[in-house]
Amino acid sequence: MRVGVVTFPGSLDDSSALRAIRLAGGTPVPLFHASDDLKEVQAVVLPGGFSYGDYLRCGAISRFAPIMSSIIIAAEHGFPILGICNGFQILCESHLLPGALTRNQGLHFVCTDQPLTVENASTPWTSGYTKGDRLVIPIKNGEGSFQASAQTLHELESEGRVVLRYADSNPNGSKNDIAGITNARGNVVGVMPHPEQAIESLTGPSEDGLTFFTSILHSLVGR
Amino acid sequence: MATIVVEVMLKPEILDPQGQAVAAALPRLGFTFAKAVRQGKRFEIEVEGTPTPEQLADIEKAAETLLSNPVIESYLVKVEG
Repeated sequence: MRVGVVTFPGSLDDSSALRAIRLAGGTPVPLFHASDDLKEVQAVVLPGGFSYGDYLRCGAISRFAPIMSSIIIAAEHGFPILGICNGFQILCESHLLPGALTRNQGLHFVCTDQPLTVENASTPWTSGYTKGDRLVIPIKNGEGSFQASAQTLHELESEGRVVLRYADSNPNGSKNDIAGITNARGNVVGVMPHPEQAIESLTGPSEDGLTFFTSILHSLVGR
Repeated sequence: MATIVVEVMLKPEILDPQGQAVAAALPRLGFTFAKAVRQGKRFEIEVEGTPTPEQLADIEKAAETLLSNPVIESYLVKVEG
């Protein structure tokens, strides 16, 4: 199973995401922002970092990178895409996901091991979890406050499209404690926490994040 | 040469922690006039000669697709000098 990870100028967690795919049992494939070649991958991860220095708005310039034109077309045909942190911001700027990520309430860059609740275990990226599972996965961002109109929030909630929610306390002022969402079709998922940083007990607070990467491999086998 | 100015502001319903931080800092300097502060962005775009209606239409398009995020922000286009 070939899963791609896009490197943008300023990506930070691309090598960690590639490693997570390998440890989950997949074939990691590095993809580059300046090419529109998806190299026959079956799913794509947009990793965390500060693509294009976060200039203008987080993800605003990455959205127009050549690789994104291929990804946007693929997404509309049901291709599985996971955006992590900056990747989530890019997916919102690309209008593949609704809403926007804005400056954290309190203005602090928040870096912590964050308790989360799984709300939707039916996406190809979360199918290995059970709804209601409690996870601990790191968050590390300055602009992670999820904002959307009341109507969009109502759609997300009523259609079960909230994937992850902050548990215990809301670290950044996100509406409805939202930490991750999916599109109507369920193939595009964006999360602020970093599952690729919680795959081994040696280096992470838990191994809770690995299931994102084993889930997509199982989903691809089942196709 | 003319300068086209695009001002981008967070929509009123979107929390502006930066504006709040500025509002909280002003009284510390003795400035007590501010009831609230909102912080935005200003782009100055230089064009040759007087901007044509086509150029202004393009700027509107650029403001909507790149310079602002319509989900959270509104923009205003003005021509100066």
